[in-house]
Amino acid sequence: MKLPQFDYAAPATLEDAVALLAAHQGDARPIAGGQSLIPILAFRLAGPSLLVDLRKLPGLDRISVSDEGVTLGAMVRWCDIEADRRLDTAHPLLSAAVACIAHYQVRNRGTVGGSLAHADPAAELPGIAMTSDAEIVIAGSAGSRTLKAADFFLAPLMTALGPDELVVELRLPAWLPGRRWAFEEYARQQGAFALAGIALFYDEQDGVAKNAHIGVIGASSGLHRLAAAEAAVNRRSVDEQVIAEAADEGAGEVDPADDIDASADYRRALVRTLLQRALGAASTRAGGRRERGLP
Amino acid sequence: MTRKPTYIGKPVERLEDLRFLTGRGQYVDDLRRSGLLHAAILRSSDAHGHIRAIDTAAALAIPGVHAVFTAADLEPQVPRIPVRMEGNPALARFVQPVIAQGKVRYVGEPIALVVASSPAVAEDAVGAIQVDIEALPVVSELEDSRAGGVLLFDEQGTNQAITLTGSRGDVEQAMKSADYVRKERFRVQRVAAMPMETRGILAEWDAASARLKVSGAMKVPFATRGYLARLMDLPEDAIEIVECDVGGGFGVRGEFYPEDFLIPFAARRLNRPVKWIEDRREHLLATNHARAIECELEIGCARDGTIVALRGHGLSDSGAYVRPNAVTAPRNVAQMVAGPYRIPNVRMDVTMTLTNRTPTASYRGPGRFETDFFRERLIDIAAKDLGIDRVELRRRNLLTDKDMPYPLPTVLPYGTSGETDSGDYRVTLDRCLAEFGWAEKTKLRGKLVDGLYHGFGIGCYIEGGATGPRENARLVLETDGTISVYVGSSAIGQGLETICAQIAADALGVPMERIRGVHHGSTSVIREGLGSWASRATVMGGSAIIDAVGKLKQAIRDRAAEQFGCLPAEVDLSADLKTVSAEGRMRTVAELSATGIAAEGTFYNSKRTYSYGTHIAHVTIDAGTGDLRVVEYVSAEDVGRIINPGTLHSQVLGAIVQGLGSATLEQLVYDDEGQLLTGSLAGYLMPAATDFPNIRAITLEMYPSPTNPLGAKGAGEGGIIPVGGVIANAVASALSSLDVQPFELPLTPPRVWRMIQNARERAERKRDRQAASLAARG
Amino acid sequence: MKMTCVVNGKRIEADVEARLTLADFLRHELGLSGTHVGCEHGVCGACTVTLNGSAVRSCLMLAVQADGAEVRTVEGLSDGAALSPLQAAFRKHHALQCGFCTPGMLMTAHALLEVEPDAEEARIREVMSGNLCRCTGYVDIIEAILEARAAYGSARSGGAN
Repeated sequence: MKLPQFDYAAPATLEDAVALLAAHQGDARPIAGGQSLIPILAFRLAGPSLLVDLRKLPGLDRISVSDEGVTLGAMVRWCDIEADRRLDTAHPLLSAAVACIAHYQVRNRGTVGGSLAHADPAAELPGIAMTSDAEIVIAGSAGSRTLKAADFFLAPLMTALGPDELVVELRLPAWLPGRRWAFEEYARQQGAFALAGIALFYDEQDGVAKNAHIGVIGASSGLHRLAAAEAAVNRRSVDEQVIAEAADEGAGEVDPADDIDASADYRRALVRTLLQRALGAASTRAGGRRERGLP
Repeated sequence: MTRKPTYIGKPVERLEDLRFLTGRGQYVDDLRRSGLLHAAILRSSDAHGHIRAIDTAAALAIPGVHAVFTAADLEPQVPRIPVRMEGNPALARFVQPVIAQGKVRYVGEPIALVVASSPAVAEDAVGAIQVDIEALPVVSELEDSRAGGVLLFDEQGTNQAITLTGSRGDVEQAMKSADYVRKERFRVQRVAAMPMETRGILAEWDAASARLKVSGAMKVPFATRGYLARLMDLPEDAIEIVECDVGGGFGVRGEFYPEDFLIPFAARRLNRPVKWIEDRREHLLATNHARAIECELEIGCARDGTIVALRGHGLSDSGAYVRPNAVTAPRNVAQMVAGPYRIPNVRMDVTMTLTNRTPTASYRGPGRFETDFFRERLIDIAAKDLGIDRVELRRRNLLTDKDMPYPLPTVLPYGTSGETDSGDYRVTLDRCLAEFGWAEKTKLRGKLVDGLYHGFGIGCYIEGGATGPRENARLVLETDGTISVYVGSSAIGQGLETICAQIAADALGVPMERIRGVHHGSTSVIREGLGSWASRATVMGGSAIIDAVGKLKQAIRDRAAEQFGCLPAEVDLSADLKTVSAEGRMRTVAELSATGIAAEGTFYNSKRTYSYGTHIAHVTIDAGTGDLRVVEYVSAEDVGRIINPGTLHSQVLGAIVQGLGSATLEQLVYDDEGQLLTGSLAGYLMPAATDFPNIRAITLEMYPSPTNPLGAKGAGEGGIIPVGGVIANAVASALSSLDVQPFELPLTPPRVWRMIQNARERAERKRDRQAASLAARG
Repeated sequence: MKMTCVVNGKRIEADVEARLTLADFLRHELGLSGTHVGCEHGVCGACTVTLNGSAVRSCLMLAVQADGAEVRTVEGLSDGAALSPLQAAFRKHHALQCGFCTPGMLMTAHALLEVEPDAEEARIREVMSGNLCRCTGYVDIIEAILEARAAYGSARSGGAN
């Protein structure tokens, strides 16, 4: 599985990187951590003529926390997120999700930008971006633009990025105090892609839920929030009955396919179970994450 | 051995580890040669079809490409790979050509060989070859294969290679008169042995001397040399097979594959050394698969739980060709179905049938894993139906030392059988129960606690090892007093060098430091070796060494007697083997010969050894996700004699984890077009460090084997054998309130979840019927 | 493409094809064949080396991406004379059989213990879950790493207890 031939460049500025991508008219690909791209090349599923390495671009590896929210530069790696303890309180949902990503070695290389651009519907960060209604800042030869996550992710493995465009930044809206949240993922093994995952949060006023954001990972044809489940939660007191209703609604909103890992029925049932557990965890404590029943 | 052993029985640190830990192992891809060329293989992406045309022009035009070979370069006689194990004309009808000739029969079958200046260029060239294949219908279901509507070999008129039968007593009569009979259908999935090092070959041809040297891991180097000599029309002594370090074997490395011919062929044609290293994607398609079998098995019991008969029919998926060691697994399924139990009447037929998939052959505990799964499931079901405790039912039927030796079923059509050697199989049952704490812990069985169902499984097995007919060793007492050991066994990562050094040192009565080195496997180190498979290396190689020690001492005495002018019996050899004396004269052994003194030994064996044991598992099941967790796993095994408890323990644990992988994680999945859907390690899930953290293995030396001077029983495979049955029984135990009965592996979360759903629906329908009939009566 | 890096403390200048992976560069250009290639798609971990102290899969990196970096391989774990404490612990606990996954295991464990010398078993298992072994079943590997912790802890505190 030796890699196919390609040219390689490691430009020093964002402008140069964009110019290289534009000049190759869709036949060049950016490379960040390479944790998704190199295997694709090794299986010869893609044959770009040029790889544009983003590793020298300045200023893309910053994590900033402010009243506006959390901003992650495209070259921020999973290990950087893990190491930044501000995120435990600034965005606990992000922290919880990132803890489930891949393995130790991959976490030292894999990046925010790479994950968003790859747009695997079973990956954690695209799911968090979608659930949180995040914004993704993009740079291209036509300049810079900002897209809502829902407009960025078009389909599994497909984004709104043009051939000359790069993800520059992920902006997560500010996390409100007292927010209830949960992240529940079920994967076959530690670090594997989720068979299904639920990321959610809601705010509370006088014991009543509002502003519910519920997103699904891995068990649907694409990334989306579960609007009907959110509607079942909003303006209600989140008790067992509400949880059961919301779980049923959510399970009805996903459209998984049958594949070699699991049937559609199974994934739908899994969504129901995880949604139940996530809402249960969110409503009874300050929030938390659990994956895969590890001892 | 006359002295109390110093090394045997001790967890001696391994000699091999020094190079492995410092990155100085020499695996085949680490070997460098000047002028080396690299090979890559174009493999079929069609499962079944006629090859209409192969266009290599674009490939040949790539700079750095030296040659592209196809069947045309070997015609008219494209060599075929013969059957190694229990050859038979029936099997020979379906053997594999070394390169696809006219037809392809599985995705992954070699169609062309490229040789180039680098592996990357060779792979580029493979991508540039155009092949035109006229697709044929694909045989994927075993029943379709058996029915023969579509044939892989038109000229043979069938897809069925052979039916093997394990037979003992009168099964028809026993079933008729049994108080209780129960029949079920089972299925074990296709798996991959998946050693961490893929296959690889380095072939060097010396035109001047017309000699071929081939390096790469081979478990049966002498057999390989024999095949290569025949297929390449060379005398055997013109071929040297060199064994280097090996990244695991587990049965799939070392059998003769197409590449074992193609690479040496290319080296000879091009008069350049040629290296081929399999990549992992290829490995999943091209290295033998294993275990795929469907089976119907029936158990017959007396009312008191005595098992009187087992009767079954299995259909084994051989894949597209009959491989050299393909017959072993189906044969073991047939012969070992009764396992460690006293079951006087057995008839198990297993038919090997072809499909358009990668060929299958032996993988650790071949056939035994599958047949244990079938039988242990039925034993648990019978126990439940008869209202007898499943541990007690096993205890009543397990062979005891009074039964030894106990005859195994005869294997037809070969007419071979065998017998168990020694042991009391209740001993490991009791030990395992005690170690686990069965009585106390199983109070949780079937209970739902904090959302998890708890279940417990138990299973018993025997492992056949130390297969004959013989093995050879050679010892050389060097002039500096060190001893070189040469043995015909092959290293496959099992610590062979250390084990042999321990045995040699104890047999010679010298410190291990005086063992200068242990040389193994290569055809140049010894005149004949039978290799490492069926857990035979320690017993066979070790016993050969013991024989060689006796012969070495005799050789020393003989040489001294010549020089002293006396009889050998009059020569005194010092305990440290350094001096000889007779009639008042003394000489150092070094003085006896300028080149050292050598002797060869052979150990002949027609009786296999049978290590035996019991495993217990505690599992939990999350009904919401189908998640199965192995909370605790304990094994107890009697191996007769432990040579190195450190290496053995590590092997047993490794075997258990392989078994747990087969039981819960691993499967090779094909679609109806014969395409392998699990084509990478992202799809084929392998046990990792977080999956099974709580495993314990206890090894006993209760009943030495009378078959060899070490008293050891081959012990490399026992750990894997019962795992499927144990886990499946544990799942049934956990879900007993729902009457869930697993009959298929692997027990993945979707499968477990589906079984629970089906059980709940069944229960609901039953309730509805009961309610309706009550209402009707009311 | 020209590149410069430091490998096991030694400065290396090389001119490599862009598509050459770091794993193949180490093995074939530098002759450091201790780093093994098991899958070439980033799952098995046999190719693990450290890059600026962090464990990475060298099959998922281009050699040119290591330009300017410091790389350590299994050959750099001990000074050649004696086994490092981690290596010795592996040997003592029979944490290897065929040895093919071993260099990757050692480099991952080493990288972890340098930064987390007090890692508990669950953390060790979690980190090692990215390195596959087919021979040992992991039990002895984890025990070896647990024992080796002492060497890293005391080394960091300068040998004082």
